Amino acid sequence: MSAPYRTRGEIVWQIAFRIFCGLVFVFLVLPIAAVVPLSFNAGQFLTFPMPGLSLRWYADFFASEKWLAAVSNSFGVGMATMLLATALGTLAALGLARLKPRPRAAIGALVLAPLIVPVVITGVGVYFLYAPLRLTNSYLGLVLAHTVLAIPFVVLTVSASLANFDVNLWRAASNLGAPPVTAFRRVVLPVILPGVVSGAIFAFATSFDEIVMGLFLAGPTQRTLPIQMFNGVREEISPTITAAATLLVALSIALLVTIEMLRRRTDRYMQKARPT
Amino acid sequence: MPPQASLALKASLRRIERRQSLLAFALVAPLLLFLLVNFVLPIGLMLYRSIDDPEVRAALPRTAAALDAWDGRGMPPPAIAALLVDELGKANDSGDLSRAANRVNYDINGLRSLVMKTARNLPTAADGDAAQALAALDGRWGEAETWAALKRATGPTTSFYLLGALDLKRAATGEIQALEAERAIFLKVMARTLWIGFCVTVFCLLLGYPVAYLLATAPTSVANLLMILVLLPFWTSLLVRTTAWVVLLQKDGPVNGLLQWLGLIDQPLRLIFNRVGVYVAITHVLLPFMILPLYSVMKGIAPTTLRAAVSLGAHPFVAFARVYLPQTLPGITAGTLLVFISAIGYYVTPALIGGADDQMLSYFIAFYTNETTNWGMAAALGGVLLVITALLYAVFSRLAGQAGPRWA
Repeated sequence: MSAPYRTRGEIVWQIAFRIFCGLVFVFLVLPIAAVVPLSFNAGQFLTFPMPGLSLRWYADFFASEKWLAAVSNSFGVGMATMLLATALGTLAALGLARLKPRPRAAIGALVLAPLIVPVVITGVGVYFLYAPLRLTNSYLGLVLAHTVLAIPFVVLTVSASLANFDVNLWRAASNLGAPPVTAFRRVVLPVILPGVVSGAIFAFATSFDEIVMGLFLAGPTQRTLPIQMFNGVREEISPTITAAATLLVALSIALLVTIEMLRRRTDRYMQKARPT
Repeated sequence: MPPQASLALKASLRRIERRQSLLAFALVAPLLLFLLVNFVLPIGLMLYRSIDDPEVRAALPRTAAALDAWDGRGMPPPAIAALLVDELGKANDSGDLSRAANRVNYDINGLRSLVMKTARNLPTAADGDAAQALAALDGRWGEAETWAALKRATGPTTSFYLLGALDLKRAATGEIQALEAERAIFLKVMARTLWIGFCVTVFCLLLGYPVAYLLATAPTSVANLLMILVLLPFWTSLLVRTTAWVVLLQKDGPVNGLLQWLGLIDQPLRLIFNRVGVYVAITHVLLPFMILPLYSVMKGIAPTTLRAAVSLGAHPFVAFARVYLPQTLPGITAGTLLVFISAIGYYVTPALIGGADDQMLSYFIAFYTNETTNWGMAAALGGVLLVITALLYAVFSRLAGQAGPRWA
């Protein structure tokens, strides 16, 4: 970057390159940068310049039974998905780490498959299975379907934290007489905890953001925030939606910061643990 | 060591190893069971639905059996018409009959109303010959094509939906032929799906490659800051981003306002409910999926290789094309396939931002499941999309050398 001798052509090229990258960054943040201010708009219309600032659309949001029901549905389904996916995924990651390479690769491919198969396909299949079981239009069906989509993230993050873990430590604890549960709680858990928490956050975020399964499986009572927004955009886009969108952006930032802090913590831990 | 002791040691080692792998499987088992029930079984069920054809057989079992025995040439024997009249009389007012009528209607438009009308106005024994009475009720019962469509729908399995998904049909004589032009839409939808996926992938690569390069070569503090600009949209809800684009691209939305204010256009441009909006929104959603793998590959390339090539006399462009670009190929492969596979499965973004001519395969799968409940067609289209995705993923695994991440 800082080569001392540069021709004029190179300098022009460099400037063009930076302007191009700058425009791409603008493109990346433009939707968020536009929606957040518009949610504080005092006027009716979603355009700039705004006639003034107000919190009326937030008041609208928190006065609407539909939106509040969607918020509580999203949090409820998200929490349940998080618990189920984290439990199943963490156990499986621990098992995968102890398996021989061949079964590990085969099971690993199956676990990742929900990430690759288009959600519409999984959604249709799940709908065909759940409809005769009366699991459509039910919270349970929605949680089960979201868990399928969330599991790969939990297994991936926990497996990644186990990759840094020396399994011999676990064996040593067992050999020294620790009962399996104690060995797990005192030796394994502290190491993989950041991975488990990251996985849990990913699972929650997956469920919170999920819409396709929701469109197939949720009835009017189970409407989550994304479904409510989908219907809102389809019918008539009102400024209340921008208030909802801004609240969701705030939540994403909170989740992003948490994950980032966990990652740094793990990095520091690994640096400390590295033999000198 | 005496041989017995060594044998005993080996046996005990084997026992421990067996216990270890049993424990490992026990830990994985709950997840495996969960995925088998809630993921593998549903997809199998969907694939089965695409060949399953139970409706007519359920409503009119004896007629279906008789039609099976008929060779399908010309008009059926009159006994079948008598059976049909008899069974229609018994099946009337049941949901089974309505579903069977829907099924034959998928084959020839209008047969649903014919079947329902006939069931309401059944000829009585006094009317004499059943075949003639039916033909008198509606001329279509006198046509061989109507009976052939009924025969095609008797199941228990059918190639009707899968052929339909490829714009094909089975003629009365049994051979496969092209569907009529006005009903043949799915090949066009498939081509459109792949084309949109291709365009979005190209846009993502063109926009993402320079940005990934900048992130990989900038000083750490700057790179960390810029990385937030990539991760923030990555973490923002898909619906929020799609909604934001709907707001931005509206007829009198901010983008049109800005362009008019700058004097670049006089009339607002049509940016939404057409292909432009679809490209913009999907590219925006998938751009981080291109940038992140490119970045992680570029991070591992020593910048000195490029400088060495230049100092040895290569023109910077040549140095880039021959030295840097080949080293980033793994990132390009990972990014393009990730983006392409995600793009062809998209449903929500085109549904909200696209017009009628911008809907992709997923839209039709959801449409046939939720709106018209033609589950056979939804399943067949789902099967097609699944096959395309699986083929692409196979290419991906081959190119990436190893399926999925390393399971350490």
